[in-house]
Amino acid sequence: MIDPLFLAEAAVNGLLLGGVLALLALGLNLIFGVIDIVWIAYVDLVMICMYAVYFSVQVYGWPIWAGGLLSVALGVVLGLGVHLLIISPILTSAPVNQLLATGGLLFFLQSFATFLWTTDHRSVRLALPRLELFDMPISVARLIAFVLSIVAMLALYLFLTRTYIGTAIRAVSQDREAMALMGANPRRVYLVTSAVGGAMAGVAAALLIIQYAVHPFFGAAFGPITFMICVLGGLGNMVGAFVASFIMSEVIAVSGVLWSTEMGYVIAFVVFIVMIFARPGGILARRG
Amino acid sequence: MLRLSSVTAGYGQFTALWDVSLRVEAGEAVAVVGPNGAGKTTLMRVISGLISPRSGEVSFEGHPIGGRPAYEVVGRGIAHVPEGRRIFPALSVADNLRMGAFLPAARRRFAESRARVYGLFPVLAERERQQAGSLSGGEQQMLAIGRALMSGPKLILLDEPSMGLAPVMVLRLFDLIRRVRQEGYTILVVEQNVRQVLKLVDRAYLLEVGRIRMEGRAEALAEQDFVRKAYVGL
Repeated sequence: MIDPLFLAEAAVNGLLLGGVLALLALGLNLIFGVIDIVWIAYVDLVMICMYAVYFSVQVYGWPIWAGGLLSVALGVVLGLGVHLLIISPILTSAPVNQLLATGGLLFFLQSFATFLWTTDHRSVRLALPRLELFDMPISVARLIAFVLSIVAMLALYLFLTRTYIGTAIRAVSQDREAMALMGANPRRVYLVTSAVGGAMAGVAAALLIIQYAVHPFFGAAFGPITFMICVLGGLGNMVGAFVASFIMSEVIAVSGVLWSTEMGYVIAFVVFIVMIFARPGGILARRG
Repeated sequence: MLRLSSVTAGYGQFTALWDVSLRVEAGEAVAVVGPNGAGKTTLMRVISGLISPRSGEVSFEGHPIGGRPAYEVVGRGIAHVPEGRRIFPALSVADNLRMGAFLPAARRRFAESRARVYGLFPVLAERERQQAGSLSGGEQQMLAIGRALMSGPKLILLDEPSMGLAPVMVLRLFDLIRRVRQEGYTILVVEQNVRQVLKLVDRAYLLEVGRIRMEGRAEALAEQDFVRKAYVGL
């Protein structure tokens, strides 16, 4: 029999992991919902930003908040660059070509990172106090990451609902052509969306590097689970992605304690496959 | 105000409009009628810039607009209420109207335009906070027209405004369009409900298989034998 305390600890860890996963999923989903192209290399952009935090903080001795800001700024630049250089020329191409192009970017970024920085695992060490809650050790880094990802998602929510351009972004995701009739240049809306999606990647990178080591294949570790969450929540459905993040992170964390981490991922994939058959439009899709 | 000369347009290999010439003067209400598949929607899409004409010219107030993208054409003062309404279903009624005033010039007149739209369609004011997708078909059509008015247009393109509405609602909608007209907007409307629309407009064009077959005063066109038989149902 497993100590219930271990399960409770796993549940808390799952919750904390869910926050950052949700951030990744929302960034990817925002871009997909508006531009209708899946950025296969999204988490690899996160990986590049993680290196930026690592080098600025661990090598050049910047304070962590400055490294975080650098990461967000780099995320914006990468988001704009990916859109202008890769997505924009293939906007009207067949979906399979779009997948190949963003998939190609993934391999490019992996090789680029391996070439420049080797396959070493690099992490940022922060001197953080230990915290215990009801005899459970809680990682303060994870707690900070969770709180900041919730704050970032709240900021995204306010941006999308309270600002003119944010509302226009939602409108474009509902009816691109109708929004052109309102006077919105779709290309400009795409650029803003890509910048915001890139900024989310930058925030996620800063929150991930304080918990995990970065290496060139980081995207391969977090990419698949991020896509699963987006599909599970319904591609383009922001609330669905948010809910799905916590379902998946709990499944992984709890079954990780019950069996093993590998088994946790296996079970997460099984849950995913079952859900895809049961609710192909995503967990929150309207029936009918 | 609006002038099309010898416009040919289509999609890919398919040609939907052949050598179409048409004009709308300021203050007029003009209808384009014709059966399904005659090219009526294509005509509207060419005018608003959603598709480019293959040949021929489109001009508005003396400026050539043929082939200009839709987001530029709306800035010139043409608002297109597309077929099937195309409101933003997951946005609130208020946000749909905000999007209608997307252009900076329209945004500056937002409060004034919204008051005017709410005056025309009081039901939109009542349902301001509601999701647009939850409105009835008639209300959605009012929202689509209201949203178009928010851009401060001079010419309004209405594509099948009565489509999918209950007969009672169709009559009410035509009354509302009449009121929009009285506010001084110029209207170009495409309709299958020929009998109703000919009562609304000054002039009309009959479009069949992509070509203008006939044009004239609305009353005169309604009297034409084959128009009566084919479309008016008398």
